[in-house]
Amino acid sequence: MSDPGTRTLEANQTTPLGLARRGFCGRVSAIMVGGDHLGVSANEIERRLLEFGIVEGASVQILHEGPVGRDPIAVRVNGTTIALRRREAMAIMVGDHDQAAKTAT
Amino acid sequence: MTAIEVNDWRIALVGTPNCGKTALFNALTGSRQKVANYAGVTVERKSGVLRTASGHRVDLIDLPGTYSLRGRSPDEDITRDVILGKLASESPPDFLLCVADATNLRVALRLVIELKRVHRPMLLVLNMIDIARRRGVDIDLDKLSAELGVPVVTSTAVRRGGIDDLLGRIDEIAGKPTAEIIASDWTVPAASDLRAAQREADRVIRAAVSEPAKPDTWTTRVDAVLLHPVWGMVALLLLLFVMFQAVFAWAEPAMELISQGFDALGAFSAAMLPDGLLQSFIQNGVISGVGSVIVFLPQILILFLFILLLEDLGYMARAAFLMDRIMGGAGLHGRAFIPLLSSFACAIPGIMATRVIDNKRDRLTTIMVAPLMTCSARIPVYTLIIAAFVPNQPVLGVLGLQGLVMFGLYALGIFSALAVSFVANRFFWRDSATPPFMLELPDYKLPQLRSVLMNLYQRAMAFLKRAGTTIFSMMVLIWFLASFPRPPEGATEPAIDFSLAAMIGRWIEPVLAPIGFNWQISVALIPGMAAREVAVASLGTVYAIEGGNEAAEQVGQMLAGQWSFATALAFLAWYVFAPQCASTLAVIKRETGGWRWVLITFFYMLSMAYLAAFVTYRVALALGWG
Ligand SMILES: Nc1nc2c(ncn2[C@@H]2O[C@H](COP(=O)(O)OP(=O)(O)OP(=O)(O)O)[C@@H](O)[C@H]2O)c(=O)[nH]1
Ligand SMILES: [Mg+2]
Repeated sequence: MSDPGTRTLEANQTTPLGLARRGFCGRVSAIMVGGDHLGVSANEIERRLLEFGIVEGASVQILHEGPVGRDPIAVRVNGTTIALRRREAMAIMVGDHDQAAKTAT
Repeated sequence: MTAIEVNDWRIALVGTPNCGKTALFNALTGSRQKVANYAGVTVERKSGVLRTASGHRVDLIDLPGTYSLRGRSPDEDITRDVILGKLASESPPDFLLCVADATNLRVALRLVIELKRVHRPMLLVLNMIDIARRRGVDIDLDKLSAELGVPVVTSTAVRRGGIDDLLGRIDEIAGKPTAEIIASDWTVPAASDLRAAQREADRVIRAAVSEPAKPDTWTTRVDAVLLHPVWGMVALLLLLFVMFQAVFAWAEPAMELISQGFDALGAFSAAMLPDGLLQSFIQNGVISGVGSVIVFLPQILILFLFILLLEDLGYMARAAFLMDRIMGGAGLHGRAFIPLLSSFACAIPGIMATRVIDNKRDRLTTIMVAPLMTCSARIPVYTLIIAAFVPNQPVLGVLGLQGLVMFGLYALGIFSALAVSFVANRFFWRDSATPPFMLELPDYKLPQLRSVLMNLYQRAMAFLKRAGTTIFSMMVLIWFLASFPRPPEGATEPAIDFSLAAMIGRWIEPVLAPIGFNWQISVALIPGMAAREVAVASLGTVYAIEGGNEAAEQVGQMLAGQWSFATALAFLAWYVFAPQCASTLAVIKRETGGWRWVLITFFYMLSMAYLAAFVTYRVALALGWG
C-alpha cells in the first residue's frame, strides 16, 4: 500500500476531491458536475452538494476512506462530517489550503 | 359541549435532519416519539398538544428533517407540503419553530434563510447548546438574531433545558396581533440561490459566532478505529456476532424463569380446574400457546437493547458508510442500509424508513427485500427449533453450535436480501449504475439511560400487548379448531384426529408434504399468517391437545419427539423466506400505494420459501437425517 498520508498540491492548482486521499486538506474552488448519472441530473447533484454546505471557499478534509476501493469517503466540511462516494466527489474541485489554515483546523 | 377554541396555534417544527426536533417535540408535548442519533429518524408528520404559559393551546407538528424545502424524497415531501400548506385539508402552520444544531450552524442557518421566504412568524431554537458550550462555541444571540432578523433562543431538548424560555417566547411572538399576512414567495431554489444563501449564512456566522465548534475529539478517536478500512469491518462483524450470541446466552436465565412460571401456572390450573373443556382451554390454548411466545420476551429485549444503543450512539450512519460498496454491488441504494438494519427489529419500521430514499426504484427494491431481514418475530421460531434439534455443544472452544446456527440463519436472510435486489436490478430495472450516496456522519453521543430504558419498556409493553391480542385471539381460534368437533363416543384415536384442525391440516398437507411438513405444521401456518411467532404458539397448542392433558411438556421437547431433523431444517428454511406477516404486507400496500407490490412480494417470498424448504428437506433426507 502506498502512503495514505497527506498529499499536498502546489498553490492554486485544483484537483477533484474524488481523486484525493485520506488526510487531504483543502479548500473548495468550484463545484463542477461532469454529467447526469442514473436519472439524477448534474444540476440536482450540484444542489445536493451545496445543501451540505459544500460551497466554494469551504474547507474540506478527507477523514476516512471506505474499506472497498477506498470508497466512499468521509469528508469534514467546516466542522461537519459527510460521507459521499468518490464519483460525486469528482464534482468538487479543491485547491490546497495555505499552510496556516491547515495547522489551525 | 366544550367550546372550540378558535385561536389554537398550529406550530411546525422544522430543521435539518438530526438536529433534535423530535427530542424537542417530546419535551414540549410529553410524547414518546422515536429519537435517535442519525439523519432520517422521523419519516412521518406527528402532532401533539401543549399549553403555553398564557394558557394557549398549541398544536405542535413534528416533521421529517430536511436540508431544503425542495422535497427530494418522500419524507422531505411531507415537510414541504406541511410548511407550504400544500395539503388540501390544511392551511400552512401559523408559526415555524426552526430548530438548529448549535454545533453545526452553517447548514441550519442556510435553511433558516430559505424558510424566511415562506413569510411565517419564526423562532429559531439553537438546540444541543450543551454540546456547543462544552466545545467552546461562543454565540452572541442578540447579534445572531439581529443579523438573521429572526428571534433566537437556546435549548437542551433531551434534558428539557430552555423549555420555559421557549414557551414564553412562543406566547410573545404568536400572541402579537398579526400584521397583514404576506403570502409565501418561496420558489424552488436553484444552485445559485443555494450558493447565495450559504454565503449569507456564513456571513451571519462570522458576525455572531466568535468561536466555532472544535471538532469532537472523542468522535475523531473512536472513528479512527470504527471507520478504519480493516478494523472498522472487523468491528462491525464482531458487533453483529456478539449481538446474536448475546441474544442467546444472556437471555437464557430470564427465559428459564418465565418458562418455569408458566409451567407452575399450568400445574396450578390443572389442579384447580375440573377436567374438561375449560381446563383444556386454559392449559392448552392460553398457557401452552401464549406462554410459549412470551418466553421469548428477554431475547427480543436484548436485541432491541443492542439496536437502541447503536442508534443512540450514532453508529448506524457509520455502518452504512462501511457497507456502502457492498450494498451498492447488490444494487442497493446507500441509504437502504439503515432501513434494512432496522428490519432486524421489525420489517414495518424498516419499510417506513425507506422514505428517506429519493429514487423510486431503489425504494421499491428496498421495500421488497426488507422482509427478508431476520425480524425479531422470527426469533421465537428459530430459537425453538434450534433448541430442540441442535445440540448445545461448543465449537472452537468459545462459540456455541446453537448460536452459530442462529448466526447462519441471520446471514442467510442478509445474503438473500442482497441476492434478490441484485436480481431485481439486473433483470427487472436493468440498471447498472448506483445512485448517489450522501449522508451526514453525526458526532457520537452517549445514550441517555432514561430514554433507553423507556424505549425498552415500550417495546416490552408492545410485545405483551401483541401476545394478549393478536396471538391470544389466534390461540383461541386454533384451540377451537383443534378441539371441535368432539370425537364420537367410544373412539379410540386421539380426539384431535376428529377436529377441524386435522381436517384442514390434512387438506393442505399434500401441498406441503414434499417439503416435509406434516398436517400439524400445515394447520399452524394458517394463524401464523397473522404474525410469525404465532406459528410457535399454534404448534404448542396443537401438540398439547394432541398429547392429552398430561402433555404439559414444553413445545420444544414435544417437537423433538415428533419431527425428523430434516423436517426441522425445512421448517427453518421456510421461515427465512415465508411472507408470514399480514402487517408487513399491509404496510407495503400503504407505502407503495397499491396491491401490485404486495402481490409481488408475497409471491416471490412464498416461492423462495417453498423452494428453500424443498431443497433443504431433500438434501437432509439424502444425508440420512429423515
Ligand atoms: N446532548 C444533547 N443531545 C441532543 C439534544 N437534542 C437532541 N439530542 C440528541 O440528538 C439526536 C437527534 O435527535 P432527534 O430528536 O432524533 O433529531 P431529529 O431532528 O428529530 O432528527 P430527524 O427526525 O432524523 O430529522 C439524538 O441522539 C438525541 O438524543 C440536546 O439538546 N443535547
Ligand atoms: Mg425526528
